[in-house]
Amino acid sequence: MPLTENATAPTTLTVRSLLVWGLLAGLVGGVLAFGFAFVFGEPSVDTAISIEEAGADSGHSHGEAAAHEPAEEEEVSRAFQSTGGLGIGTVAYGLGLGGLFSLAFAFAYGRIGPLTPRATAVALAGLGYVAVVLVPFLAYPANPPAVGNGETIGDRTVLFFGMIGISLVAVVGAIFAARALTPRVGGWGATVAAGLGYLVVVTGVAKLLPTFQEVPAGFPGNVLWEFRIASLGTSAVLWAGIGIVFAVLLHRGLSRA
Amino acid sequence: MTQAVALPTPIPVSIPVRQILPYAVFTGIISLLALYFVGAEQGALAIFEGTYVHELVHDARHLLGFPCH
Repeated sequence: MPLTENATAPTTLTVRSLLVWGLLAGLVGGVLAFGFAFVFGEPSVDTAISIEEAGADSGHSHGEAAAHEPAEEEEVSRAFQSTGGLGIGTVAYGLGLGGLFSLAFAFAYGRIGPLTPRATAVALAGLGYVAVVLVPFLAYPANPPAVGNGETIGDRTVLFFGMIGISLVAVVGAIFAARALTPRVGGWGATVAAGLGYLVVVTGVAKLLPTFQEVPAGFPGNVLWEFRIASLGTSAVLWAGIGIVFAVLLHRGLSRA
Repeated sequence: MTQAVALPTPIPVSIPVRQILPYAVFTGIISLLALYFVGAEQGALAIFEGTYVHELVHDARHLLGFPCH
């Protein structure tokens, strides 16, 4: 273990401090994601809801399981849904993700190659975004209100979470494979091979799993595009926020030690 | 010859897995519960009856990419 000049405190990480930094990073990431979602996501959500309401008037019906649209019975007003509700949702999600991120960091640090603490945090956030957000999104893209059949919500939920699970298992498998291959083919070859292996597995799985085409006829393509890009962006802000804030707190904590 | 410059930040050793596990189990469960409430409660699955949680986090659920309805 390299020693610092003052060499008094041995530089050890504790899971406790990692958790604290993870939760703080999640809080900041969640707030930033809320800001992004509010500015870039809400316009398309509002448009989609007005399309949904127009459709509901002309006799379009959801399955009974989903007969609780805000338009039909307002337990939470639209105004609060798009502000306070969105904020509570993104911040709660950010805190949960930040906690899990710090645990993933605790496992990954020093075990995924010769990376500094900060580089490990950023690499982990990048891998997490690809494995948990981007790949599942490409298989089952996010849908605005008015898109999606209430009768398939059960299947869609199972398959979406299943895709996240498979992608996570595949990325962890790829990391272990890269570690095992490194002594034989070197770090570069092992990383490229593991990355390709991951992509082949998730692409194959996504091809085999059923897909859903439930965009109603006449739903404007630009609203769908805007919503989906805003959705990817919201998660990107969240993950980048968590990765970078965590890296900064970690670096500060270590520099003080 | 350039001299190796001491890193401004010490490089810590990795944490033993045995030390992480209890935190991982406990915090993992709590965190996953938080993600579940934002992502799926009162959608395809429900712990509580009603639609309040669904409606409260409705926009976040959509924008974070979860199937909502």
